[in-house]
Amino acid sequence: MLSGGHLLSVLIFFPVVGAAALMMLRGDDHKFIRSIAMFVSVAEFVFSLLLLRGVPIGSSGYQLEEFAKWITAPPIHYHLGVDGISMFLVLLTTFLTPISVLASWHSIQHRVKEFFVMLLLIEVGVVGVFLSLDLFLFFLFWELILIPMAFLIGIWGHERRVYAAVKFVLYTMAGSILMLVGIIWLYNATGTFDLPTIQQMVANGQLVLGPRTEMLLFLAFFVAFAIKVPVFPLHTWLPDAHVEAPTAGSVMLAGVLLKLGTYGMIRFCLPLFPEASHRAARSVAVLAIIGIIYGALVSMVQPNLKKLVAYSSVSHLGFVVLGIFAFHPISIQGAVFQMLAHGVSTGALFLLVGVLYDRRHTFEISDFGGLSTPMPKLAAFFLFVALSSLGLPMLNGFVGEFLILVGTYQRHWGWAAWAALGVILSACYLLWSYQRVFFGDITREKNRTLPDVSARENWVLAIMAVVILWMGVGSPFITRRTAAATQTVMDQAEPQWAYEAAAQVKAKPHAKKLSSYAAQTMSLERPGIR
Amino acid sequence: MFPQAIDLHRVLPELIWCAFGVLVMFLQPFVRSRQLFTFLALLGSLAGTAAATTAFLHGGPGFQGLVQSDSFTFFFRLLVGSVSFLVVLAAGPYLDRENLPVAEFYALLFFATAGMGVLASAQELLTAFIGLEMSSISSYVLAGYRRDSLKSSESAMKYFLLGSFATAFFLYGIALVYGATGTTVLDKMAVSDGTSTLLKLGLALILIGLGFKVAAAPFQVWTPDVYEGAPTPVTALFSAGPKAAAFALLLRIFATVPAATRYWFWAFWVLAALTMFAGNLGALVQTNMKRLLAYSSIAHAGYILVAFAAVTSMAQGGSEEAAPAYAAVLFYLLSYALVKLGAFTIVSQLGGTGEKNLSVDDYAGLSQRQPFVAAMLSIYLLSLLGLPVTAGFFGKFYIFKAAVNSHLISLAVLMAINSVIGAYYYLRVIVAMYMREPSAEAAAAGPVPFPIGVNAVLLITFVGTILFGVYPNPVINFILRPSLLAH
Repeated sequence: MLSGGHLLSVLIFFPVVGAAALMMLRGDDHKFIRSIAMFVSVAEFVFSLLLLRGVPIGSSGYQLEEFAKWITAPPIHYHLGVDGISMFLVLLTTFLTPISVLASWHSIQHRVKEFFVMLLLIEVGVVGVFLSLDLFLFFLFWELILIPMAFLIGIWGHERRVYAAVKFVLYTMAGSILMLVGIIWLYNATGTFDLPTIQQMVANGQLVLGPRTEMLLFLAFFVAFAIKVPVFPLHTWLPDAHVEAPTAGSVMLAGVLLKLGTYGMIRFCLPLFPEASHRAARSVAVLAIIGIIYGALVSMVQPNLKKLVAYSSVSHLGFVVLGIFAFHPISIQGAVFQMLAHGVSTGALFLLVGVLYDRRHTFEISDFGGLSTPMPKLAAFFLFVALSSLGLPMLNGFVGEFLILVGTYQRHWGWAAWAALGVILSACYLLWSYQRVFFGDITREKNRTLPDVSARENWVLAIMAVVILWMGVGSPFITRRTAAATQTVMDQAEPQWAYEAAAQVKAKPHAKKLSSYAAQTMSLERPGIR
Repeated sequence: MFPQAIDLHRVLPELIWCAFGVLVMFLQPFVRSRQLFTFLALLGSLAGTAAATTAFLHGGPGFQGLVQSDSFTFFFRLLVGSVSFLVVLAAGPYLDRENLPVAEFYALLFFATAGMGVLASAQELLTAFIGLEMSSISSYVLAGYRRDSLKSSESAMKYFLLGSFATAFFLYGIALVYGATGTTVLDKMAVSDGTSTLLKLGLALILIGLGFKVAAAPFQVWTPDVYEGAPTPVTALFSAGPKAAAFALLLRIFATVPAATRYWFWAFWVLAALTMFAGNLGALVQTNMKRLLAYSSIAHAGYILVAFAAVTSMAQGGSEEAAPAYAAVLFYLLSYALVKLGAFTIVSQLGGTGEKNLSVDDYAGLSQRQPFVAAMLSIYLLSLLGLPVTAGFFGKFYIFKAAVNSHLISLAVLMAINSVIGAYYYLRVIVAMYMREPSAEAAAAGPVPFPIGVNAVLLITFVGTILFGVYPNPVINFILRPSLLAH
């Protein structure tokens, strides 16, 4: 069972080693420090590519497991494992970290060493969360991310950075401490912190929680995740954190940290508390839809470009939450894909905004205008990324949103109809802001002479663009590998009692056609309701 | 009757501490060398701590059941012994800097430590009272050790007046308990009738007396003033040593005497909730580091009382089930003592001559002036906040676990809310150190020197905090053993 070597441990601890090495360097040789950080993060990415070999297509259950005793009382184990879903999230993390290093190559000029140490520590925490199969270990990594991220915002951020950093920590802690109580409560009921064991107990009916207890436990986990995502009424920390964070911080925050919440919902809420998840699904979906539309509307009226991108995250992540709580294998597939797509496109959008900020030191849309004349390359990249974010077919954003809407439609056509509004609105705010920034007359004299993207920025953006295109046309590469894991989640989330209820839902004939089409493209064995 | 050799063995640490205290007092008129006294103090506190091991190996009741030398006692003797050792290390440079006499300081410290040892080992209430008085009276004097400072004198006066009042409560409680049960020996009390009102009243008074010592709300009002005025190494001692010893006695009393458990459960529930809120809300508005840490230590007393509520709600099911809750208290006290000692030592050193630089503003930009000190203080604060990979994380985890085990979900949720409130003021210090620029004069003054003794304290507490934050097994296995409390 445990024959995977130690790849997962290497993935978690290699950046720790890198950070420790950085800490021992003298602080004044910035170039050397950057190179080391770059080397470490690229090497980590290369290691993580080995996961693709370690997780065979169609394999269900966790692969490459590692297991060691850690704490005797209560029994806590160092238990790692990876499946199709967490593999791609790890890849996303290890991909965005070198991108963040490159993005902060020149824009970070003071306390350079500490900056990269914090960046690598965030990577450690995120990878650890995705790979942990022990609830306690998971929580430990979850909390570990908090402080480096707060430092990243608070030290290297913009004017209101301290406020944003403290707000970020307090919001996240409020959720996570309650989750700790939930984890301990769950331990009391099951006698173990081991995730696969608990999942098994839920699956074969060994673990029976009262409806009220299950709902409370579900909420303890869900609220922590919802704050991280963020789901609608809990989102207020996000615009502040994003706007004040340095570019690399925003990339990591939007790219991977938000995914921790949605990953947690897939990995913990659905499999561990299936009944409560089903009962809560309607309310969660309402919140998700409000988030989709509200985020889009707020983006539309934002005078601040970075805030616009931040609110667009609220909207896009609303799709993910909706897809998860629609309980359809296709919509969950879509949610996973959307997580990855959003990570790349929004990461790229923040990079582009960062490029503008480096030149003009402002995020106000009214300070720009007509930029396509001095910066044609940047304008091209921006258009490409904006189109991917608004869901143009052939690019990555489309695949995720399409799958989510198709899957959701099977179960609740009303939800899908409302959510589709978000797709339209995202086109409005992205294209409108693009027009205001890049077209029209040049209103500020300074903008006339702005230099176009440098060679380094060109490379970073080109890589992002290639990945965006590849994810759009080569999506089966990903969906084939996540299919089995998604099916497992579905099986765990749909115990026997739910089938009858699900069978009541009358799917429309044309919806069935759509779903079989999607099933072919994804090589999913058996879609829909059994 | 003359004590047997084995009886003396079982109180050996206290004997050693007292002997060294007396020795230092005798030598004081004849010896000028400050180094000699510091050396003697280090030697004495180490010797006493080491003697705890022999006392443990020859464990059992001593002096016809007046004291008990069991694993529980061993743990607390090690704890208070190490605390006093670290306080000596930190106090040496402090006393030199403030130009204060050393010999009396160490003598008082020895007596206070011995008193704490007696408190932790007492199995009989009058013995406990003697321990309490020994440690309290030495503490009163130590609080006012900077005689020329008004604040220090105020601190001593306040501590003395309120402390004696509380001790009187404790004594009256003993009298009532004796009246109800006819004995002051705890394990004899255990078998007596638990329903008598007189016994309940007596235990309530004892609880009030000890509640004062551990700074539980509503008996906590003295804490910020006393902590602020006392010399900072003494503050470090107060927050780690006497508190641990008083909690030890409280735990022993309420674990051994099962009288009216449900009744005590609610008392502890209310005390815990009040104390957490009083501490955390008070700390929110503090600008002085010593006061901030004082309020935080009230809050932490509240967290420990959560575990007490868990103990008392479990106690009906026998001590087997309550073992994890005991362990939570012990582990928390250990992690807390490490962190508070480290934090107060840094505060003491950065305060400068006359303890002038105590405001949070004085910590602005510390990470640029003294990166190592700032990093250490951050780790201590994060441990108080309960983030991994620090001992405080496991401390909080075990208390949460004890509370959930006893189905005290609402109390656990209150504690969670308090942790978040606490995050705000700990972060404020970290924000000042890392995210604000130093003031002009602070930057001009250059780094504050850290003498070797202080560095040793920081190293020990830092290593302990991280070690128990990654691998708490040895401690937790020791304090989870079923024979923790011998009867």
